[in-house]
Amino acid sequence: SFSDDVSLLVVLIDTNPFFWSTSSSSLNFHQFVSHVLVFLDLIVRLSQLNQIVVIATGHNTCDYIYDSSLDTDQVTGEGELPALYSFVLQRLEEFVNKDEKLGAKQEGLSEKRASSLLSGSLSMALCYIQRVFRSGPLHPQPRILCLQGSPDGSEQYVSIMNAIFSAQRSMVPIDCCYVGSHNSAFLQQASYITGGVYVKPQHLEGLYQYLATVFAVDLHSRSFLQLPRPAGVDFRASCFCHKTTIDMGYVCSVCLSIFCKHHDKCSTCGSVFGKAQLDAASDRKRKASES
Amino acid sequence: MSSGQVTKRVKYKTSVKDAGTPGRLSLVKERLLFRPNNPNSASKLDMQFKYITNHRYTKEGSNKAPMLNLTSNQACRALAPPVEAPNLGASSQVPSEQPSRDDLLFRARLLQDSSELQKLHQQFVGGGVLTEAEFWATRKKLLEKDSNTKSKQRGGLKSSVLGESKPLIDGRTNRVTFNLTPEIVREIFSEKPAVHRAYLNFVPSKVTEKDFWTKYFRAEYLQRSKNIAAAIAEAAEDEELAIFLKPDDILANETRRKIRRVDPTLDMEADQGDDYSHLPDHGILRDGSKEVPEPGNELYRRTLLQDLNRHAAVVLQGTPIDEEQLKDTQTVAEALERSKQERSTASKDDDSMADQERLKGISQAMTIDDLRGSNDHHLAPLWIKDPRDYFDSQQASSFRTSMEATKGSMSSQEAYGLLRESISQIKSMGLNHPIVAPEVAQKVLSVLTHNISSTKYNLGKKPGESLLDSLPTSVRDELLHHHISIEELMKHFWSSYPITTKYLNTKVIKLKDEMSKMDSQLQKLKETVQPDIRHQITLLIRPMQQALEAAMQHYDAEQQKRASKAREKPNGYS
Repeated sequence: SFSDDVSLLVVLIDTNPFFWSTSSSSLNFHQFVSHVLVFLDLIVRLSQLNQIVVIATGHNTCDYIYDSSLDTDQVTGEGELPALYSFVLQRLEEFVNKDEKLGAKQEGLSEKRASSLLSGSLSMALCYIQRVFRSGPLHPQPRILCLQGSPDGSEQYVSIMNAIFSAQRSMVPIDCCYVGSHNSAFLQQASYITGGVYVKPQHLEGLYQYLATVFAVDLHSRSFLQLPRPAGVDFRASCFCHKTTIDMGYVCSVCLSIFCKHHDKCSTCGSVFGKAQLDAASDRKRKASES
Repeated sequence: MSSGQVTKRVKYKTSVKDAGTPGRLSLVKERLLFRPNNPNSASKLDMQFKYITNHRYTKEGSNKAPMLNLTSNQACRALAPPVEAPNLGASSQVPSEQPSRDDLLFRARLLQDSSELQKLHQQFVGGGVLTEAEFWATRKKLLEKDSNTKSKQRGGLKSSVLGESKPLIDGRTNRVTFNLTPEIVREIFSEKPAVHRAYLNFVPSKVTEKDFWTKYFRAEYLQRSKNIAAAIAEAAEDEELAIFLKPDDILANETRRKIRRVDPTLDMEADQGDDYSHLPDHGILRDGSKEVPEPGNELYRRTLLQDLNRHAAVVLQGTPIDEEQLKDTQTVAEALERSKQERSTASKDDDSMADQERLKGISQAMTIDDLRGSNDHHLAPLWIKDPRDYFDSQQASSFRTSMEATKGSMSSQEAYGLLRESISQIKSMGLNHPIVAPEVAQKVLSVLTHNISSTKYNLGKKPGESLLDSLPTSVRDELLHHHISIEELMKHFWSSYPITTKYLNTKVIKLKDEMSKMDSQLQKLKETVQPDIRHQITLLIRPMQQALEAAMQHYDAEQQKRASKAREKPNGYS
């Protein structure tokens, strides 16, 4: 079979303009892309058999940017930049245009979600990996690296969790390098459940160093290395009605949907709930204390 | 005896089945006086000793309720002291029970077995915080374990036909020896009710037991020898023998009802005795293949099939008597007779209704669920919301959260423009050389390694390793002991609320003192422990301290409430 230290790395790049337009001065989109490009080059050079796939996570859509195994993506270099860089940049620009065009159609609704379509790109990555699994016995070990800065989109909670669980099932680790301001609970959970690494770099100007130190290592070699572990994971779930993170709530016993307050009927599967025990108990308590 | 009399609290029964009236029995000079507690009750006894002809009492040390049975010329009286039921129930009542000696022994054994329990016991009961009764009140389950060892089930009957065991045939002395055990007796009486009836009627009045069984086995021997002529001849002579040889008339009457009563869904537990397949001839010595019932001799013939069916029916029914009653033939016979009488009184109900119910039960048990037609009436159809609704409808709620994030936001055009600009910038300017400044790289590396090494040594090398194991054993044991004692205190504290009696009040006060003592102990532990594990100890202790605090706060709040209520004058007078 393949030698152990070959990796198939699927990189999800966050290209959400609403995040990058408000990002801090230490890392703007320009620097971010530069660091990432050098990192991609590093991976490709580490081993001839390494493969990378780049997926852009936009605001309205997601798409494959680069696939090192495709013949169409092998380009010869001309000009100052190495071939890989210019190719990726070109595709990235085309993607941004497409994303904008798609956004323009929905402009009338004046919605400006600051979150990117992480669930979409995760799903695309997992589909690609599944195809690789089915391509035959010889394939490198796949993993997903999420370069995300946008905050969590609470409306994507369920789809992201589904993607995470299917990654867990296929044993695909989801690593994350989060460059946003506050930690992303979804990605922390993703890394925790799938056995990946979650890093929120303190010094964003050295982003490439973080990427090279932590995320360049293939899966086999990870068993010999100590990689950074986050101090804690925010495990709170989001309720299905308002998508707010809660730590105490109600769970439907039929479909396991989570709600923040008592409902008469489960909105996902339609089961009718009985009267809450808590109300009955508190009535009794009130009566007892009055008497 | 200064007062010249002995008094004892008893219950007075006129017969064995009577529940008994509670009262006092006094032994005065030459008389027995019984006065019931309830003066309106009619049962009184005033008997002089000379009238008492016989008295029986239960032996000391037996398990039966102590009773004194007096027979006199007038009547038979029985007296029994009341059974004091130990009240190990809710700790809200004042426990007034006297635990029996067995209970005390059992408790001592439990304490010996578990050093943890012993320490707790010493700490609380020895320290006077809890009484013995309260301590054991919450451990009823442990104490009751002993009583459940005696199984309430009766063993089943063996599948092999015990009565068919081969007799010992001695050719020289021409003797045939049959073995008879109480189990075999039980089997014979269960399977052949006519023999049972004969036994009850004839023994010991007409024939002795030995003779009875001799005749019985003679009949068996004749049957087996298939010598019909001899059987008929002997039957004509001896009427008892005839009973054994004729078909069982009781059986014939009960057959139909018995068949209906068989529950096809019974569960049988097999043991060695059921292993008839390893006995020669499967434990059955008769070969029924050559038996052909001849018309004239039907009366005196039992076929193998009849015997087998009868045995099977009896085994399925189970035995109505306990193992202990298999002592001798007389006991077995009487026990079976009693059970039969009970059964017959119980089955006086309407047979047809019982039949219908039984048929319904059997049909329910026998239907195979998979083969039944689909019966969806009681199932609600599965309805899962269209996921598209789910995603679309949630966008409204996400506005609120995202709007906060986009403060001073630019239009989307501008935002995309920024992106495009960045990309073209890279294209034109190329990348920085070096991409990361060396000092920055150095800083990042050192931060990462520090982070990794600190988490490695602080949070444990392996995720499976528990924090407790990493602590020194003395600290760990102390922590665990504190935890268990606090748990015990909490149990008793919270179960005493709401406070209704003075006893509970004193109990709560004692508990509260102990709790504050525990709190200071925990504090001391935190301070004296080594500095490198102090943080973890603090984290571990915190829930315990919180529990203690909550309990003490509750106590103080209740005290205040009580005090304010007391201060208030009734009826609102100021």
